[in-house]
Amino acid sequence: MKTNQILIRYGELSTKGRNRKAFISRLRNNIQTLFAGTPTLRIKAERDRMFLFCDDEQGMEDIVSRLPYVFGIQSFSPVTQTSLELDEMKHTALSIVSKMDTKDKSFKVSVKRPNKEFPYEKPEIMRTIGGYVLGNTPELTVAMRNPDIDLSVEIRQDAAYMMAETIQGAAGLPIGAGGRALLMLSGGIDSPVAGYHMLKRGVRLELIHFFSPPFTTERAKEKVLDLAEKLSGFGSPVTLHIIPFTEIQQEVHKQVPDNITMTSTRRMMMRIADAVRAKTDAKAIITGESLGQVASQTLESLQAINAVTNTPILRPLIAQDKLEIIETAQAIGTYDISIRPYEDCCTIFTPANPKTKPKTDKVEHYESFVSFDEMIDRAVAEREIIEFPRKKQQRFEDLL
Amino acid sequence: MIYLDNSATTEPDPQVLETYVKASSRYFANPASLHRLGNEAEDLLESARSQIKGLLGYGRIIFTSGGTEANNLAIRGAAHANQEKGRHIISCKTEHPSVLEPLKQLEKEGFEITLLSVDRKGAIDLADLQQALRVDTILVSLMQVNNEIGTIHPLADIRRMLNNHRALFHVDAVQGAGKLPLSEQEMPDLLTVSAHKFHGLKNSGVLAVHKAELEPILFGGGQEGGLRSGTVSVPNAAALAKALRLATPNPDHLEWNAELRSFFAGYKDIFIVSPSSAAPHILAVAIKDVRGETLVGALQQEGVIVSTSSACSSKNKQASHVIEAIGLPREYRDGTIRISFGAMTTHEDISELKKRFHKAHQLIKGVEQS
Repeated sequence: MKTNQILIRYGELSTKGRNRKAFISRLRNNIQTLFAGTPTLRIKAERDRMFLFCDDEQGMEDIVSRLPYVFGIQSFSPVTQTSLELDEMKHTALSIVSKMDTKDKSFKVSVKRPNKEFPYEKPEIMRTIGGYVLGNTPELTVAMRNPDIDLSVEIRQDAAYMMAETIQGAAGLPIGAGGRALLMLSGGIDSPVAGYHMLKRGVRLELIHFFSPPFTTERAKEKVLDLAEKLSGFGSPVTLHIIPFTEIQQEVHKQVPDNITMTSTRRMMMRIADAVRAKTDAKAIITGESLGQVASQTLESLQAINAVTNTPILRPLIAQDKLEIIETAQAIGTYDISIRPYEDCCTIFTPANPKTKPKTDKVEHYESFVSFDEMIDRAVAEREIIEFPRKKQQRFEDLL
Repeated sequence: MIYLDNSATTEPDPQVLETYVKASSRYFANPASLHRLGNEAEDLLESARSQIKGLLGYGRIIFTSGGTEANNLAIRGAAHANQEKGRHIISCKTEHPSVLEPLKQLEKEGFEITLLSVDRKGAIDLADLQQALRVDTILVSLMQVNNEIGTIHPLADIRRMLNNHRALFHVDAVQGAGKLPLSEQEMPDLLTVSAHKFHGLKNSGVLAVHKAELEPILFGGGQEGGLRSGTVSVPNAAALAKALRLATPNPDHLEWNAELRSFFAGYKDIFIVSPSSAAPHILAVAIKDVRGETLVGALQQEGVIVSTSSACSSKNKQASHVIEAIGLPREYRDGTIRISFGAMTTHEDISELKKRFHKAHQLIKGVEQS
């Protein structure tokens, strides 16, 4: 008995008519990239479902643990292969079911028998396997219709194949199907979640982060690196652009009244982001803004900030509650990184009473006394670019 | 001096010491600190951790103060985290005290403990284990290699048995790690490793975890994902990673073990306690009607260091619990000594042991006869 196959059911992709082929090959490529470290992986993509084959147990475990985060998959099931001995089949069936939550669950066995030479008929196979599993799992009940656990057994020429578990996939579209956009990544809870939602719509990400040493620490930057690493774990590499932002931030503080520094700072960030977006051939900017969450996220603020560009600004969280956002952050593993207590450049210069209804023309007026263009060009030119997932370099060779 | 007490502890490898010294002076910062030095210390800590993950094949590594703490964390931590599912734990009579004592404590707290018996070879009967398993069994804790007599538990069979059961499987691999690597079929949910048994340093161990819920046994600053509070020793972690990388099973041990077995078989009053299937680096033998301490002392006079059955029980006057459990014949019960090899043991040591044992034996028996 060995679990060496996975059956994948496509997500939304099944409805995509003529683009279907492109979508399937995109998904296949993403899976291949994601599991490049598992050389034994083979992929067979069919019209309605995809099969992954992997004979190495550890590789298989790795795949099962990461596949739920790959977009374009509705659900998937690990498939266990056994010999055509009824005895081994029933033991395998029990070991599959015993790994599942069986408390108060209903159960059935369904059998397909394309191998007509197999000496037992369907009812007998069902009885033997079902009886054995039920006999050893007293808390299970039988339900022929809509059982919680449907153990399907397929008797083929070479072997018997069994599966019972259906693991939910991340749904959505395979990354790359939706073009490229630039995500403004602060280090907080919201922006990685915004990135996740866009990834789920098949968008490839570029990331931009504003770094203001010494006001923000190395640790805050490291947090962003870790978030970028996480965001690169969904089957598509990402590039992070780190912008040296201290000079501009200080200049804004000198030039504009305290209560609108926040608005003005955001406008500078947006201008820089737009410049980087153009350089990376991205088509839109993504932010983690959620309406009314903080002063910069009122409609008036959004209008004042948005006024610096015509580029589409995507705000996937605009109508979400903080709790919803936190839930997603926890599910995708960015929450624990985001809540590390290091300040980013947005929190560090926050005035006591920022304007919640800034007027665009007023902000423009205050900014007009300095030529920010030059500073912005410099910041863009001096940005640090890091690719993710990062190659793990062995730094401590002499010690370890 | 010929050192053959490597199951008590080993001499640190000079390269491991070098790592420890360098890391202590260069990366002394607290890995949780915000500044660059803290950052670098953390990087080293995490590099050490990922090296250990790779070597052991586990997804999660918790640094501890050694094998005892790792065993306590595995047992108490798993028991408390899973007590809603059940309060029954299975272990074995010949386990190390750092497993048996926490189990005793849990028993006082209302957990039910089943300790499996062993046969003359120190082996459990798998049928006993199967019978002891209950719906409410939450943990099975069995050692890889017995520290006193070298018996190896059939981990692959036990693992297979537990694949159909929700109980967690903990293995104290203190005597096996670095010497007898586990195959994939043997790997438990929780694995205890101690550095100083494979030429690393004392006060340093890990608990390797694979999909197991635990509760902490130490409370404080929440280091190690909340499971082990206390500033992590970065030099210890680096030294452990290094020692584990350098540790390689020595195929010669098997040969030397056989050589010593046939040597001891030549003495009518020596009983070979370790079963023939035992770990090759541990050989326990017993001398008839003589106390183990006497033989250890006589060998020491000849410049050979061995121990009575185990260093931990050596100071107790009565026979060790392992010797009791395997039911050694009465006349041998007090006379067990343990010879254990390490990476620095040479064949010359073995030849010398034979010569000097002969002298020590003559001395003891001479005294007895007069």
